[in-house]
Amino acid sequence: MSFKFPYRAGMTAALAAAATLAATAAFAEPTINKGDNAWVMTSAALVLLMTIPGLALFYGGLVRQKNMLSVLMHVFYTVCIVGIIWVLYGYSLTFTGGSAYIGGFSKAFLSGVTTDSMAGTFSVGSSISELVYVCFQMTFAMITPALIVGAFAERMKFSALALFIPLWVTFVYFPIAHMVWYWAGPDAIDAAAKAVAAATDEAAKKTAQDALDAVLADAGQIFSWGALDFAGGTVVHINAGLAGLIGAIMVGKRTGYGKDLMPPHSLTLTMVGASLLWVGWFGFNVGSNLEATGTAGLAMVNTFVATCAAALAWMFAEWMIKGKASLLGIVTGAVAGLVAVTPAAGFAGPMGAIVLGIVAGLICLFFCSAVKHMFGYDDSLDVFGVHCVGGIIGAIGTGILVSPSLGGTGVFDYTIGKVAEYDMATQVLAQCKGVLMTVAWSGIGSIILYFIVNIIVGLRASVEKEREGLDLTECGERAYNM
Amino acid sequence: MKIVMAVIKPFKLDEVRDALTAIGVHGMTVTEVKGYGRQKGHTEIYRGTEYAVSFLPKLKIEVAVGSEQVDKVIESVTGAAKTGQIGDGKIFVLNLEAAVRIRTGETDTSAL
Repeated sequence: MSFKFPYRAGMTAALAAAATLAATAAFAEPTINKGDNAWVMTSAALVLLMTIPGLALFYGGLVRQKNMLSVLMHVFYTVCIVGIIWVLYGYSLTFTGGSAYIGGFSKAFLSGVTTDSMAGTFSVGSSISELVYVCFQMTFAMITPALIVGAFAERMKFSALALFIPLWVTFVYFPIAHMVWYWAGPDAIDAAAKAVAAATDEAAKKTAQDALDAVLADAGQIFSWGALDFAGGTVVHINAGLAGLIGAIMVGKRTGYGKDLMPPHSLTLTMVGASLLWVGWFGFNVGSNLEATGTAGLAMVNTFVATCAAALAWMFAEWMIKGKASLLGIVTGAVAGLVAVTPAAGFAGPMGAIVLGIVAGLICLFFCSAVKHMFGYDDSLDVFGVHCVGGIIGAIGTGILVSPSLGGTGVFDYTIGKVAEYDMATQVLAQCKGVLMTVAWSGIGSIILYFIVNIIVGLRASVEKEREGLDLTECGERAYNM
Repeated sequence: MKIVMAVIKPFKLDEVRDALTAIGVHGMTVTEVKGYGRQKGHTEIYRGTEYAVSFLPKLKIEVAVGSEQVDKVIESVTGAAKTGQIGDGKIFVLNLEAAVRIRTGETDTSAL
């Protein structure tokens, strides 16, 4: 689970208070687990593989030949610019304490993050290297804005994108990631809870309880509501999907949309890209466990089966409705399944994940084929239909499928050190609140940012440039010289 | 002299070439073209969006021959390119005023 936070950040005061009171309680000094560290390092590289070349090719194959390079360029640029912003202030804003909505600047420029710094996992007393955690989370910050570019592909000006991406990660991604994933960590909660248990008299008990409450309150808003998001259904997919839809509407339809033929120029590359996404997604979902444990194994099997189920659901539905089983259908279904299983990966059981995949495959197909045409927006590569819709299905589905009675894991309560009582209505409500908060923040934030970018540089390329193709007019290159 | 211009299905090219070689025609020009006739095209569907593809890929072959050979050429091409299905293509015959072989400067029928 990515809702992890380096246990030293911001918590020093509370920890010190708790530690003093817990003088008699056992307090395990966290250590870096080399195996976990190695797995999270590998995962960070796998998530980078998802974006480049995975996502870039998945998207690139779907556009017309004249815009291939512009899409690859948008994705590659996003990776590079976000990587820099992440270490300058992104990591600090996301993973330090502050308010429930955004962190502070105490770790700006990675200040204080050294080779000795530790970031907690989900087990008490077991940590990974904070620098590794910085890299792992960096790749999430990279892929999220990169997902958006598919929605306004083939018409967005490069200068507009170059400005929009830094603004969007700063004002939309970092706050939402903070709200969903920032928490005090298992070590702080465990220590404070033990201090409460160890307190002998009433006064000490009250002080210890206050300290525990302070530790529990030191978390992002959506996390505090109890919303579960294993690997980023809200933070990454709903967030990017909605920003994409708004972009598609605000940038406007492609010239000739609905009249000209705009078929994908290479479904071969799209299939290669989708497959790389799937492979990289094991870093995304399984790496989010931060430990190479049995829960990581659960996330792994779910990332396999939910994807297979969604791919087949989309393919068979399309076969029945349109009469042909299409390659684009099966690979898009796979991506929809990956999106939906993202928040559920370490919470749902494998059979639950299959059901989730089937539901996601069918509903995303409905949005991409019927709803898009009903409303007439030009979401070029279905970022909304796959990522936002799939993300919402996954987020709400997680609240249901985490139920131990449906084969899920239940929710672990660190204050009592075991799985808490599960109540479906409470959990689903928490999930819905998380979704609504993300939709509101992402929606309003994105509208404002597109508006600002439009005033400063203008969002879309001229009709002449669009007709000529963005590769030649924006990059000065041609994708294929054959 | 005549130019026999035929628009055929792409996969029929080798058969047409063999048939023309068999009647002593040694040379042709082939171009990839798109077009439509009675075969109206087809529909492609990408994520539920249907595209009517009305221009289909064909090959255009051009053969320059002496006037006396025209009937045989037409017969050969027709025989080789025919599938009996709609979309087999068409043959057009045009007058050819002059021909020159660049390497030798030979003209007209000796240049063919």
